Amino acid sequence: MIRPLSAYDQHDITFRLNETAVKLNPLENALTLSTGESIGYDYLAFCTGARARKIPIPGSDLEGVFYLRSIDDVKGIKHRLDVRVKDRAKKSHKTSDSVNVVIVGGGYIGLETAAALRKMDVNVTVLEMQDRVLARVTAPEVSEFYQRVHAEEGVQIHTDSIVSHIEGEGQVSTVCCESGKCFDADLVIIGVGVVPNVELAEEAGLLVDNGIVVDEFAQTSVSNIFAAGDCTSHPNALLANSLMNGRLRLESVPNAMEQAKTVAASICGQSLPYASYPWFWSDQYNLKLQIAGLSQGFDQVVIRGDHKNSRSFVAWYLKQGKLLAADCVNRPKEFLVAKQLLSRGIKVDPALLVDESIDPKTFLQ
Amino acid sequence: MPIIHYIEADGAEYEADVVVGSTVMQGAVDNMIDGILAECGGSCSCATCHCYVDEAWFEKVGEAGGTEKIMLEMAIDPQPTSRLSCQIKVTEELDGLVVRLPESQY
Repeated sequence: MIRPLSAYDQHDITFRLNETAVKLNPLENALTLSTGESIGYDYLAFCTGARARKIPIPGSDLEGVFYLRSIDDVKGIKHRLDVRVKDRAKKSHKTSDSVNVVIVGGGYIGLETAAALRKMDVNVTVLEMQDRVLARVTAPEVSEFYQRVHAEEGVQIHTDSIVSHIEGEGQVSTVCCESGKCFDADLVIIGVGVVPNVELAEEAGLLVDNGIVVDEFAQTSVSNIFAAGDCTSHPNALLANSLMNGRLRLESVPNAMEQAKTVAASICGQSLPYASYPWFWSDQYNLKLQIAGLSQGFDQVVIRGDHKNSRSFVAWYLKQGKLLAADCVNRPKEFLVAKQLLSRGIKVDPALLVDESIDPKTFLQ
Repeated sequence: MPIIHYIEADGAEYEADVVVGSTVMQGAVDNMIDGILAECGGSCSCATCHCYVDEAWFEKVGEAGGTEKIMLEMAIDPQPTSRLSCQIKVTEELDGLVVRLPESQY
């Protein structure tokens, strides 16, 4: 729970845990639970989020293979690490350095997990199927940066590596790639994206297309049903130029929070159309990455600072001279400036963006 | 358990029990106090948990440093006693702490 139950009690919010909704009947305004109980409603809001994408590779059901989504996953991973580390210490008197963890997926989940694990001093290997990490979300310069830092921190990153199967007898022992290369593994963590939880809505006849389809008021194709967060496919007037068919699905905390407010406003008969510039953050080692905007569709990247040798820089993404996004590593000031540049629609000459002698605050004048 | 006082921009006052080791931000979020957004959940990455520490308490709470200080420079309407509430750890010493919340976190 994000907040203690008492907080909800105080605001007259009934929170029912461990209850699963299995069927929605929009015509009857009724929701059926797994227990058979039927709940009627005046308004319904889908906040079902997303679940970890599972890959059907042979051996992925072996003990010691985890996805990373719930607190139970975290507990399971911690427990297994604990057991293996103690086991190794007993057998070889070597340090825990010989426990091997293989991470499938070089996105944020994979890299953040790798960073956390290196703190525990275990061997970490990341297997990424594309030719660079964070390929989906950043420019090559940023991928290059993260590959360098992870290597400096002792992580083995293998790109162009597609996992074909996992081997072991009951427990995982090896992860193998299509190339034939294999890696010892005491523990495997798979982080290859998420899938929006749309099934309940879809079965009930709501419009679904890479998420539950909503408009800028977070309203679905059924007038008294709304949706917010990771489960939605929504329009964003500010990003119209970057978006393929005018809508997007975002995996982001700020989006969930903002869209939820729009749902509440809509239900209360008020109008609070949702259209904010996305932003994200990711913490790895001593790297604070803060991203303002969405870089999709960029035609130009300019770098402020030294991404090849330092741990502090900004990658500004532009399209036709207009700022789309900024990936800021240990540059909190530039990040907050970028957010304002975007929300206020301020245009800045790229030559200034990369000039370290200029205080970024001046871009806002 | 320490009590933290939150005063919204419109004057509304709230009192919350916040356990030692938690943060002033978490106390606000747990008690659904609107003036604190805390979009990044406390990782000093968003500057939407901005608060003004009551002058009488500022010495005990202390100044911001490091990343927090840089973030505060760009927060909405920063003042000399501004802090990011996710970086204020609650201790027995801070029992009775008063913080004021800005009109907006954006």
